[in-house]
Amino acid sequence: MGWAIALHGGAGDIPLSLPPERREPREAALRHCLQIGVAALQTKRPPLDVVELVVRELENNPNFNAGRGSVLTTDGTVEMEACIMDGNTKKCGAVSGLTTVVNPISLARLVMEKTPHIYLAFDGAEAFAREQGVETVDASHFITPENIERLKQAKEANRVQIDYTQPITKDMKKETPTADGDSQIGTVGCVAVDTHGNLAAATSTGGMVNKMVGRIGDTPIVGAGNYANSLCAVSATGKGEAIIRSTVARDVAALMEYKGLSLDEAAAYVISECAPRGTAGLVAVSATGEVTMQFNTTGMFRACASEDGYSEIGIWPNSMQN
Amino acid sequence: MEASIMDGPKRRCGAVSGLTTVKNPISLARLVMDKSPHSYMAFDGAEEFARRQGVALVDNQYFITEENVGMLKLAKEANSILFDYRIPTVGLETCSAGAASVEAALQMNGLPLSVYAPETVGCVVVDGQGRCAAGTSTGGLMNKMSGRIGDSPLIGAGTYAGELCGVSCTGEGEAIIRGTLARDVAAVMEYKGLGLQEAVDFVIKERLDEGMAGMIAVSRNGEVAYGFNTTGMFRGCATEDGFMEVGIWE
Repeated sequence: MGWAIALHGGAGDIPLSLPPERREPREAALRHCLQIGVAALQTKRPPLDVVELVVRELENNPNFNAGRGSVLTTDGTVEMEACIMDGNTKKCGAVSGLTTVVNPISLARLVMEKTPHIYLAFDGAEAFAREQGVETVDASHFITPENIERLKQAKEANRVQIDYTQPITKDMKKETPTADGDSQIGTVGCVAVDTHGNLAAATSTGGMVNKMVGRIGDTPIVGAGNYANSLCAVSATGKGEAIIRSTVARDVAALMEYKGLSLDEAAAYVISECAPRGTAGLVAVSATGEVTMQFNTTGMFRACASEDGYSEIGIWPNSMQN
Repeated sequence: MEASIMDGPKRRCGAVSGLTTVKNPISLARLVMDKSPHSYMAFDGAEEFARRQGVALVDNQYFITEENVGMLKLAKEANSILFDYRIPTVGLETCSAGAASVEAALQMNGLPLSVYAPETVGCVVVDGQGRCAAGTSTGGLMNKMSGRIGDSPLIGAGTYAGELCGVSCTGEGEAIIRGTLARDVAAVMEYKGLGLQEAVDFVIKERLDEGMAGMIAVSRNGEVAYGFNTTGMFRGCATEDGFMEVGIWE
């Protein structure tokens, strides 16, 4: 049994025609985050620390829908949410409605460790952030031109987009439109297990493009977008409403526990049977050091590695990778 | 205030948190489910949604009772978080808002706790065609941190309804969230083939660790079940064959 780690930068309708200038920075980020996560595990840092530091890195990267680079609400604002969970103790922390906190995942951890509660949101969460002295900045820090453009398009199309679209420039069209034109990506997450079988999961997001102010997705809901117990750790991404309804993260663990499925089988079942096509992806690790990354969307930015030397970075299904 | 509602057949759901002027949070949760593209709305955004939907709104003072003001004062003095209803700890004869010592014997999340029986409310129903639904609503914990969200609005924790059953939980919110209690009842029925009462008993016994909670549940076969590891749970249930029961303790 060795350590293992998996991380994602969002599942969705990532077009195969994604141009290099949009693909390469994300691949590089996944590679970098994988490296720092692996290094941390190799120096025996607890999985809870590992998932937090990897997600912080992803939050700081403006190319992913979390922290800086979060998609915008219908009012053009950012409302971030995150959740972290420790497998052994099942202690967890979650936050929603953050507007100035640089690293939502770290605030979620503070809720877990420094309050008698699990979940703080909006003004109360921001006040807690100030009490704790975490890094906060002006709300404008999180807003990127790319996301302003996405919001504009979503409003023009008068649709709610899930997290990520390729902003359509004048001379380029989306090559693989889905039936309703929505593009689904976003959310970042990381799961890790050490050589002793300690598990942790962390997930963070800006939510859905053009979402109603005050809308909460699956990410901060324990059992939906994020979950860890003594069997496995899971981080999900995709269409929040579908993930909530299907309690995706909890179900992977429940299938292992109640039906005796393996990590891979449980993840495959949830992705193919419980969440409608095009709505979900997840990364998961088990107490015995297994890793799985599965999605029923066009693609999922992802990376994983395990102590036996295996590592993988990908966007589209493996069968299509070059 | 917060609430959630779930409709078994297609597992549609709606939830709200951080309401301050909406007279019936559960109905707003339903509107989130039926009239918005989302599943969960909170705080200012939820209040704004409420205004646009034209639901009954009242001044925040409407919800505040003298009893709760008194209890908050006591809670602050004891510097603890209370469930919102006080049942005497072992050894005391009477139960009243003025009841004296706040016992630190029981812990919740590592903090001293004075009371066991919170007054979250909930309801689960199954019709003659086996369609289940569940709803839960609460003011949360006395003296909670501003912005604290508990289990009641979280699908899978305080509320769940699917093909097989409908479940609503009450008790220590943090323990219910950690144990994904409502979903687990359905999951053991679905994945382990347990019956409704077996599933409820299993979850109460195995999924709560040191947490204190209770739940009510119905199955698509028209069964009703409940379980709790607290001193008591205010409850009532009835089935079409004429069975009817109201209770507080075991």
